Amino acid sequence: MSDSSTPGHAATSPRTGSSVLRQIVGGDVVISFLAVVIALAIGGVLIAFADEQVATTVSYVFARPSDFLAASWEAVSEAYKALFRGAVFDYEADTLNRKVRPLTESMTFAIPLILAGLGIAVGFRAGLFNIGAQGQIIVGGILAAYVGFAFDLPPVVHLLLCILGGALGGAFWGFIPGILKARTGANEVIVTIMLNWIAVSLIAYVLTLGRFNASGTGLRSPQIDSSAAYPPLIPDALFPGNTFRLHWGFVVAILATIFVWWLLDRSTIGFEIRAAGANPHAARTAGMSVGRITVLTMVIAGALAGLAATSQVLVGGGSLTAGVAATYGFDAITVALLGRSRPLGTFLAGLLFGAFQAGGTLMQSVTPTPIDIVFVVQSVIVLLIAAPPLVRAIFRLPDPDAPPRASRAATKEAAA
Amino acid sequence: MRVFKIAAVSAAAVMVLAACGEAPSEETETTPDAGSTAGGDGGTETGDSEGETAAAGGDNADFKACMVSDAGGFDDQSFNQGAYSGLLAAEKNLGITKAEAESNSDAEFGPNIDAMVQQDCDFVIGVGFLLEDAIQAAAEANPETTFGLLDSGFSDENFAPVELDNGKPILFNTSEAAFLAGYLAAGMTETDKVATYGGLPIPSVQIFMDGFSDGVNQYNEDNGTAVELLGWDKEAQNGSFANSFDDQSQGASLGEQFISQGADIIMPVAGPVGLGTASVAEGTDTKLIWVDSDGYVTTEYGDLILTSVLKDMGPAVEATIQESVEGSFTNEPYVGTLENGGVSLAPFYDFEDAVPQELKDKLAEYEEQIKSGELVIESPNAP
Repeated sequence: MSDSSTPGHAATSPRTGSSVLRQIVGGDVVISFLAVVIALAIGGVLIAFADEQVATTVSYVFARPSDFLAASWEAVSEAYKALFRGAVFDYEADTLNRKVRPLTESMTFAIPLILAGLGIAVGFRAGLFNIGAQGQIIVGGILAAYVGFAFDLPPVVHLLLCILGGALGGAFWGFIPGILKARTGANEVIVTIMLNWIAVSLIAYVLTLGRFNASGTGLRSPQIDSSAAYPPLIPDALFPGNTFRLHWGFVVAILATIFVWWLLDRSTIGFEIRAAGANPHAARTAGMSVGRITVLTMVIAGALAGLAATSQVLVGGGSLTAGVAATYGFDAITVALLGRSRPLGTFLAGLLFGAFQAGGTLMQSVTPTPIDIVFVVQSVIVLLIAAPPLVRAIFRLPDPDAPPRASRAATKEAAA
Repeated sequence: MRVFKIAAVSAAAVMVLAACGEAPSEETETTPDAGSTAGGDGGTETGDSEGETAAAGGDNADFKACMVSDAGGFDDQSFNQGAYSGLLAAEKNLGITKAEAESNSDAEFGPNIDAMVQQDCDFVIGVGFLLEDAIQAAAEANPETTFGLLDSGFSDENFAPVELDNGKPILFNTSEAAFLAGYLAAGMTETDKVATYGGLPIPSVQIFMDGFSDGVNQYNEDNGTAVELLGWDKEAQNGSFANSFDDQSQGASLGEQFISQGADIIMPVAGPVGLGTASVAEGTDTKLIWVDSDGYVTTEYGDLILTSVLKDMGPAVEATIQESVEGSFTNEPYVGTLENGGVSLAPFYDFEDAVPQELKDKLAEYEEQIKSGELVIESPNAP
């Protein structure tokens, strides 16, 4: 895998440090693309081997290989066809609405992944391994939902306040590890993981309190006001009779992507973030306050994760449950890795994972393929992207981005 | 590219090891196989299951029952698994077709139910309270499809109950079986004190405690005893709660409290929280009454468990599917009772010999009375 990225890349982005994180983040688009392709191929093998018909035919594969091949092809192609039908375009559906709906579903699923992924990406660029998106989503969700059902406000104002509430909740949960790291040097990985668990207990407790617990069950908050819900992105006038769930949260995701691009590539703060990420000592020598940058980065990362919560809570008839964050906080890490921590890359990776999720829903219901295959594919992607630099670091192999001759030797060893 | 080589080599190895079998003769094996591939849109899955169900002799293969789990998944050894066993039983006994979708998060409830509706499911069952909104929304959007919801009724946004024309709540009147457990506990206690506590103060929990309380009172009335119930006041609907369904330390501290107050039989209505109580009851003379599943089988504390108040999801699911198959779907809630086997009292196992025959006879008598409707267990939490 690693060998495909080396030529050309070494020339364009010289490395200053050797931290594993920076290597993972600084990879190539080609690796991301190949990782997806290979993960899908491995997923295909697993689908075939999990299939009963294939298992039957493999026992006499030498006697009649055509059975085995046909059965394998059948299983894999049916599963991936269903994945495509559920994620992009359902050519077997009866109505145009139904045909187009899968793509909008993918986009809907992608919203929280993109937003939380951007939060993780900003952290990566500053050299911070922020594992806390899960907790930041939860706290953002609590605040967004509270503003959503507790206040009676005019439509647009209400929605904007809820979004602000979500961002503030996430920002607050990001601020804690930021300030602890800046003031005391506390490791942000450990602190954010612990804060995730605190958030899980916090939401379970909050759901049993006063206004959150109108149902008396302690499991679900009241529904948010309709004035606080994201309106549908594709109005009925534009596409009559549509049943799309896609809402304006997608626009928030696009705006957030543009904001992160501007922040990292065009603003002074972004320059400081990248400088601190590349070499904190040099940044400090250059007169930057690394502590301030750390806090600021974590606050921005938390706010983006908090926005991810709004796409879950602020939908028509939405309410707060303990499962508001699902596994988005952790999926977001994968999304940021696959997107190479670049805003556009993260956006596209989020779309891809949203498509996996939407497609997996249909795949598990029309074929015998379990939805776990989708997780396997996602996990293999992470492994392929994260492993080569990790493996090099563990075995103290030279970096393939070093001069060409060393590179060739290194990749041979790495592969062996 | 090395990856491919390794993959190819290992695949080849697998083939060499596994592929020495003989091909079945053309007639026996490939005919059904060809049939299933020609079968069309459903692919291999419908081919397999239809073949099986046809063999089971059912003629309802055109009826499709579907199920969507909550985030626990169908292998949670608890609620979802119980419900799923009902779907499997219906497939086997009624010869229906089935489909199911596991939700990995709350966000997937809606899409999963939608996928089921799109597959032309006739009857879609959502497992658990958390799917209420999603099932309700789907029922309103798809009036042609019928829906079931396990362990919860439907309610509007202010939590007032509503009825849906095509939505059927599947509920359990556990107070009937809990009554028997309360009677048993009152008859078995040596300290004249028994106790119960709940996970959260919600109807599906409190109904156990109401029945238990009535059972204890009935025993006192019959025998002139004064067995006291700790942890629940049915009149005031007020008692002890762990405020959790997973914090075992709460179960331990509640258990210690009750034991120090002299209770020697405790019924925790709080899922795994009860394991905490079991841990402090171990080594004392305290016995437990488990709920939902058969604690003797599912927990490691079988030697402490006097009996269990069973809430049988499987038969309930199968019964509602059968009703739909027979074309008599109504939006009337299905209520599991002693009569229809939806709730029951588990065997006594290790305590079989310890329970006096006289008490067993009395329990059987009350069971018959409840089944026949002669005795009605009243509860404000009854479905």
